[in-house]
Amino acid sequence: MNEKKPDTELYDDPSDEDQETQPAQGPVLFYNDLVVDHFMNPRNVGEMPADEASGYALVGDPSCGDEMKLWIRVASDRIVDIRFKSFGCPGAIATSSMATTLALGKTLEEAAVLTDDDVIEALGGIPEDKKHCSLLGINALQKAINDYQLKKMMQHTEETDDLS
Amino acid sequence: MIYLDHNATTPVSPEVLRAMMPFFQDSFGNASSFYRPARTARAALEASREKVARCIGAAPQEIVFTGSGTESDNLAIRGVCRSFKGEGRHVITSSIEHHAVMKTCDDLEQQGFTITRLPVDSLGRVSPDDVRKSITPRTVLISIMTANNETGVIQPIEAISAVARERGIVFHTDAVQAFGKIPVKVDELGVDLLTISAHKVYGPKGVGALYIRKGTTIAPVITGGKHERGIRAGTENIPAIVGFAQAAETAVQHLGEESVRVAKLRDLLETAIREKIENVQINGSDAPRVPNTSSISFASVDGESILLHLDLRGICASTGSACATGSPQPSHVLSAMGLSHMQAQSAIRFSLGRENSREDVERTIEAVRETIEKLRGISSVQA
Repeated sequence: MNEKKPDTELYDDPSDEDQETQPAQGPVLFYNDLVVDHFMNPRNVGEMPADEASGYALVGDPSCGDEMKLWIRVASDRIVDIRFKSFGCPGAIATSSMATTLALGKTLEEAAVLTDDDVIEALGGIPEDKKHCSLLGINALQKAINDYQLKKMMQHTEETDDLS
Repeated sequence: MIYLDHNATTPVSPEVLRAMMPFFQDSFGNASSFYRPARTARAALEASREKVARCIGAAPQEIVFTGSGTESDNLAIRGVCRSFKGEGRHVITSSIEHHAVMKTCDDLEQQGFTITRLPVDSLGRVSPDDVRKSITPRTVLISIMTANNETGVIQPIEAISAVARERGIVFHTDAVQAFGKIPVKVDELGVDLLTISAHKVYGPKGVGALYIRKGTTIAPVITGGKHERGIRAGTENIPAIVGFAQAAETAVQHLGEESVRVAKLRDLLETAIREKIENVQINGSDAPRVPNTSSISFASVDGESILLHLDLRGICASTGSACATGSPQPSHVLSAMGLSHMQAQSAIRFSLGRENSREDVERTIEAVRETIEKLRGISSVQA
C-alpha cells in the first residue's frame, strides 16, 4: 500500500497507435477517458429560468435509479442554449452531458433525429451494462423539443384566436 | 492509493507471503504421499490446522480447509441438508446474508426445501425471537451471519445459538467478516458450523475453512479422495493453507490493539463526514458493529458516481458488496433494513484496515466532501 502510483494510472488507455493496431476485443468493460471526462466535467450543467427556457423536460424516476431535467432555449428554430441536471450513475451523467453537447447549436430538425447510438458513438462507447443510461439524455431532449413545439403551437393558436 | 475496501479483500501481509514461499517449490509434495517432502507438507498442513483451530477455540479435527469462504458456506448448508433424507425440509436464514449463503438457499428451495428468510430491524439485526417462532418440526438448519459485510452490524449469535441448541437444530454462521475484527470463539458463540476465509485477514485468496463441531453430521459436497477426512476431496493447497494459518494467527494476536486503532479511525471518518456534509445517514451505526466498517448514504447522489470520483483521486471504496458492482439492483442488505431505493443507491461502504493511517482518513474526508458537493451540484434531486 505504500507505493505511490500516479492517480490517473487506472485510466491511462494504450496509446493511439495501440488502439489502431488492436482489434476490438469483447465488450467494453469500463468507462473510457472521454466518458470519464464528461462525467468529471459535465458540459452544460445548470438550470434555466422559466422565462428563458423555450422547452423543458423531466425524465426518469430517482426511485428507479436515474432522473434528468433538461432546458432548451430556441431561436430561429435552433437550440441556442441548453442546460441539464442529472441524478444517476457515471454513465447517466456522461451521456446526459454528451447529449446536450450534440444538441447545442443544432436546428430542431437535426436535434430531433439524434439517437442514443449517436451519444454512445460520440463518447467512443460505454460499457454494455450501462447502455440503458444513454437513453436518459436523448429521451429528455426529444421531450424538451416536443414541449417547445407544443408551447409554440398553443401560442400560435392563441395569437390566431386574438386576431379573429 | 488509499485502500478502504478491506471487506472485499486485503493484501497478503509480508510475513504470510514469507511463510508460504517454501511450499511452492521446496516442500511441494502432495500431503497424501509417502516420501519425505510429502511428509513435510503433511506436517505443515496439520500444524496449520492446529493454528487455525486455536484462533477460534476449536479442536484441530474440527477444521476442514476449503477453497474459499463461499465453498465453506456451500459445504455447511448443502452438507447438512444432504445428510437429511426426504423432501420438505426447512432451513432458516436471514434476508441480509452474503450471496454465498443466499444463493445456496435459493438453490435448495428449487430442490424442494422450504426456506425462511428472516427480516431485520432498521439497524440490520435479526431477532432471536423471530428465529424461535420460525422453527418447525422439519427445520434442519439455521444459518445467520456473524457480521454483515456491508454495514458491519454484528448479529446476536449467542442468543440465536441458544434457541437452536434448545431445539436441537444445527446452527451455521458465516463469520468471514467478523473473524480477525472481533473475537470469534466457537464455544462462546455456541455454533455448530462456522465459516472463515483467509483473504479477508491478509492471507491469500482461494482458501477458507469450515469449523464443524464434533458430532455434527455433514455430507461431502465435493467427492473424490480422502482429503480432509473425506469431507472435502481435492489435493490440499498447502501454501495457501500455511498462509491462512499465519494470517489468522497474526490477526488474532493483534486483534485487541488493532480493533481499537481502526475503530478510532472509523469514528473519525464518520464524525467528520456527519459534521461537514449535510443529509448523510450512517447505516446501522446504532447497532454493535465490527470496528472497521462504515456504510454511509449521501442523499441525492448515486453511489457509483461517488466511487468513480474517489477512484480518480486514488481512493478505493465500494458500493454495498463487491459482487453487486454493475448490477442495477440496490443492495439487498440496505433494502432489508428499510432504506428506499434511492437511499440504498446512494450508499458507500468504507472498510478500513491495517495499513490505513489517520492521514488516509483525513484525505478521504476531504475528497468525499468535495465529491458530494460536486455531484449534488449536478443532481436533479434536492438533497
